[in-house]
Amino acid sequence: MGFPILSTILLAPVIGSIAVLLIPGKNSKAIKVTAALFSSVSLILAVLAYAGYDRTVGGMQYVENIPWVKTFGVNYALGVDGLSMPMVLLTAIILFSGVFVSWKLEDRPKEFFFYMLFLVGGVFGVFMSRDMFFMFFFLEMAVIPKFILINVWGSKYKEYASMKYTLYLLGGSAIALIGLITIFLYAADPSRGLGYYTFDIATLASVKYDPAFQKFAFFLLIIGFGVLVPMFPLHRWTPDGHSAAPTAISMLLAGVIMKLGGYAIIRIGINFLPEGAKFWAPLIAALATVNAVYIAVVAMVQKDIKYVVANSSVSHMGYVLIGIASLNAAAIDGAVGQMFAHGIMAALFFSLVGNIYDKTHTREIADYGGLAHQMPRVAAGFMIASLASLGLPGMFNFVSEFAIFVGAVQVFKVLSVISIFAVVVTAIYALRVMKQTFFGPRNEKWDHIKDAKGVEMVPIVLLGGVLLLFGFFPHLIMDMINSGVAPLAEKFVSLKIGGIF
Amino acid sequence: MSQYAWLIPVLPFSSFVAIVFLLKKSKAASAAYALASMVASFVVALGILIEKVQDPKAIEIAVNWLNIPEMGNFRGLNVQMGLLIDPLSAAMLFIVTFIAILVTLFSIGYMEGDEGFSRYFAYLSLFAFSMLGLVVANNYFQMFVFWELVGLSSYLLIGFWYHKPSAADAAQKAFITNRWADFAFMVGIILLFVYFGTFNFAELGPAIEHTKDAAFITLIGILIFIGPVGKSAQFPLHVWLPDAMEGPTPVSAFIHAATMVAAGVYLIARGFILFESSETTMLVIAYIGGFTALFAASIAIVQKDIKRVLAYSTLSQLGYMVMAMGVGSLTAGMFHLTTHAFFKALLFLGAGSVIHAMHHEQDMFKMGALSKKMPVTTWTFVIGSLALAGVFPLAGFWSKDEILLAAQHHNFTGLFVLGVIVAFMTAFYMFRLIFVAFFGEKKSDHHAHETSWLMTLPLVLLSVFAVLAGFLNSPWFYEAFGKSFSTFVFFGEPEIPHLDLGVAGLSTVAALAGIFTAWLIYSRKAIPAESIAKKFSGLYKLLWNKYYIDDFYQWLFDKVMFMTGKALDWVDHHIIDGFFDGFAKLVGFTGSKLRLTQTGALQNYALVIFGAVVFFVLLASTPLLGGVIK
Repeated sequence: MGFPILSTILLAPVIGSIAVLLIPGKNSKAIKVTAALFSSVSLILAVLAYAGYDRTVGGMQYVENIPWVKTFGVNYALGVDGLSMPMVLLTAIILFSGVFVSWKLEDRPKEFFFYMLFLVGGVFGVFMSRDMFFMFFFLEMAVIPKFILINVWGSKYKEYASMKYTLYLLGGSAIALIGLITIFLYAADPSRGLGYYTFDIATLASVKYDPAFQKFAFFLLIIGFGVLVPMFPLHRWTPDGHSAAPTAISMLLAGVIMKLGGYAIIRIGINFLPEGAKFWAPLIAALATVNAVYIAVVAMVQKDIKYVVANSSVSHMGYVLIGIASLNAAAIDGAVGQMFAHGIMAALFFSLVGNIYDKTHTREIADYGGLAHQMPRVAAGFMIASLASLGLPGMFNFVSEFAIFVGAVQVFKVLSVISIFAVVVTAIYALRVMKQTFFGPRNEKWDHIKDAKGVEMVPIVLLGGVLLLFGFFPHLIMDMINSGVAPLAEKFVSLKIGGIF
Repeated sequence: MSQYAWLIPVLPFSSFVAIVFLLKKSKAASAAYALASMVASFVVALGILIEKVQDPKAIEIAVNWLNIPEMGNFRGLNVQMGLLIDPLSAAMLFIVTFIAILVTLFSIGYMEGDEGFSRYFAYLSLFAFSMLGLVVANNYFQMFVFWELVGLSSYLLIGFWYHKPSAADAAQKAFITNRWADFAFMVGIILLFVYFGTFNFAELGPAIEHTKDAAFITLIGILIFIGPVGKSAQFPLHVWLPDAMEGPTPVSAFIHAATMVAAGVYLIARGFILFESSETTMLVIAYIGGFTALFAASIAIVQKDIKRVLAYSTLSQLGYMVMAMGVGSLTAGMFHLTTHAFFKALLFLGAGSVIHAMHHEQDMFKMGALSKKMPVTTWTFVIGSLALAGVFPLAGFWSKDEILLAAQHHNFTGLFVLGVIVAFMTAFYMFRLIFVAFFGEKKSDHHAHETSWLMTLPLVLLSVFAVLAGFLNSPWFYEAFGKSFSTFVFFGEPEIPHLDLGVAGLSTVAALAGIFTAWLIYSRKAIPAESIAKKFSGLYKLLWNKYYIDDFYQWLFDKVMFMTGKALDWVDHHIIDGFFDGFAKLVGFTGSKLRLTQTGALQNYALVIFGAVVFFVLLASTPLLGGVIK
């Protein structure tokens, strides 16, 4: 085993969070520099790992394995494949941008950066774990600190939102946990399964579960992880949670926390339980369509700019869900691509909204107008995010949405066409916000505010650049994703699922 | 030369990037780079055109862009980006780059002193890049990509003066209207790919031939045709185009003549085999086109804004082109696109020159007598109008005749008659504009003056083309060179141009009658225009309000869509939140009731402990007592 690159990526923010604790709270500059330092370690290593991943070989790479509880088969086992490597990169990018977005934060910076770095360690852990026990452990590690972060540093209805967020997510976790335990026990059963305890994901995936059990367990997982995604009608924590959270935390919520759900559904749900997935796929597709269109229409009438963006996240995750439900390579590739693209795009949106809010102290769209006069750079960044959101070619979002639709239309003809209609609604709300916020005559009320500059430009350039890079050269990421998705899609080919022509 | 074809779109793109990241500060450098890149693209395009005239064989070059392999019964997603150089794209490249140079040149004069000068040229370069990338596309996917980018560039340019709310509105309207169309277009190409497994034009051709008149070919054809209905502003998605006049006038010239609206017609030509494979699709195309031609011309008759008259005239002419394609003549449609590009660019730039001289006054009833102050603009404008009206021997005459001939040839008598009526209306509204704005007495106290050479030079160049371009498809040209437009750009069998005296005579009479009527009403004032408007006040109001279609859409948008949004938002907040919050409240309520048992008084706890001990003793002793619990 060589240099433990994954553990280093995972532990850098965790060690960083401890380092932050050792710095006196008054020295906020030192805290921020420390946070930036440790998050840049993660980012640099994540980029190196991404570049070094051998996609012709595929499969789990950079594996690490330390046995922990032998009796129950729990191992600290890490590894990344084509599915998780893009997610690790996504997390590193958003963490890095999030630190710079919080550069001006002066309210208890020590505690803020501690929780933020700590929870990102958990997110990395979920994407890297090859062990179901650790995956769930890391999942909880990522979820809990959010409660404090929203409750202390949040805005507008923060108590309600943080409580709502925590209850929804814990409820979801509890249901998912039941599903995971039943899978664990089924696999350990000597007559039906392996006869020994293991949490190893690859081994659990190879077990042939009884179809009736698959239907039962998959239902628990889709409800449990569906809360995280979020899937209609379990989505209501999102608008309030995203909107109340401080900027960097909204970026992490929309950027990576929602992706944990989608990732877990793919990694555990359809990987372990293909027949259960096949059984519930039409329901998921129907709910996903509701997500995509219904929530987009709701986003259209919001008055608070952050609620527009938060609702748009739910709408876009609808594409991810219909992609997953279609159970073929193009659609799942697209879904994973969309998780990445949407993560970056949502983070960009929230960072810009935060930037505007910090300067104007209002989030009512009606209070803005003509801000492009005072903030041309923010306007340009917002334009990039809006165009990515409405799926304009040149942005990576377009490629992944197109792949989803090509895959989905082969399985759910009508539902996918209805979903595609969301691109029209998205264009309406995205451009409406663009116009009402940035266009129009110069508003002298805002003449005192300054355009983004210096460290504020880091997230705009980094996130916008990533969207354009993969938008122009999608094979840089889609080939890798496909190497991870192909073995999964193979399962459904042998099951003879779908195919309408 | 074809191996350098990739330079044609790439050069303007380099200009966009260079201006945004490097040259923004220097106005002169921005404009110079933009102009130089357009000229270089034009040179390459010209070389390719000459090469294609000598050897019309199509050349295709492509690189893989994205590859998701097929798996089992499912399609993956294989996409290429490439170049397809054949007579159709070669002709189009020439037109686009040529107009682009003149528009850029004109803009340097027109945009002088504007705050966003450099930004303007960056957007203009992006526009040219998108359009040229679309023209060279060798597959539907690439076409869609650049199609959307054309939409983006037009959004940026229409809303260029973003401080004007009307401009911001118009930009948004253009983009969203096109989005509706692109939704159908996108579904169309996705279905096409799912059926045939490729986006490539050359590979699709033979595959589609085998499935002639199948229901799904009709469905896909109509879905894809909705794309051009949006971009080429056909009824009922035409509403954005007249509003797009909010952009700087040279942009209007570019959009109306050579780029955005032409993209739709070009797509129909490019995918002709698909549309032609279904009779139903062709009928839909022909009648949508024909209806738009008549409908838009009727609105143009009553407009007062000089640019709006031209905008509705563009709609009407696009209707002609689409109709020509629909009745089955690709050549006629593309030929009219070509000649129209020249004279419509001329007319728009002429209008820009007038507006510039009038300090942004656009109402033609406040102009008058411009011919004395602005001779170059006036006479080039008259040439453009004659060409548009289809007066012999100017460009419009030849291309319009080609369309009428095609309608007659394919037995579309109704559309033929309609075409002649539209020819009359076209001549009428154009010369109404000329007599009111350029001749007669001054209608307001204006101090118009001729504009600089940067603006008049493009006018003169374009008017030369407006006069001569039509000869490309005249029998005389064919006799002299053995070639003509119709033996260069065609579908199926090449046609040899001929002049049908009956058709030519009829259309000429219609055009002259239109001019004469306009002269009677607006110059001679034999019948005062006001009295006609009063006599047919209902009709006048209907036309003036554009048949109330814009208002109807506005109502749908504000009332139906937004009300639905409000209702769904309410459901989210009250029903779904109500359910889950209610669940949380129930748990809280239960907890608060159960809390009452925790009194904190020691006696109570002792009582419970004692009770429990008694219970467990009884439970444990049941076997001895022979009880029920085992």
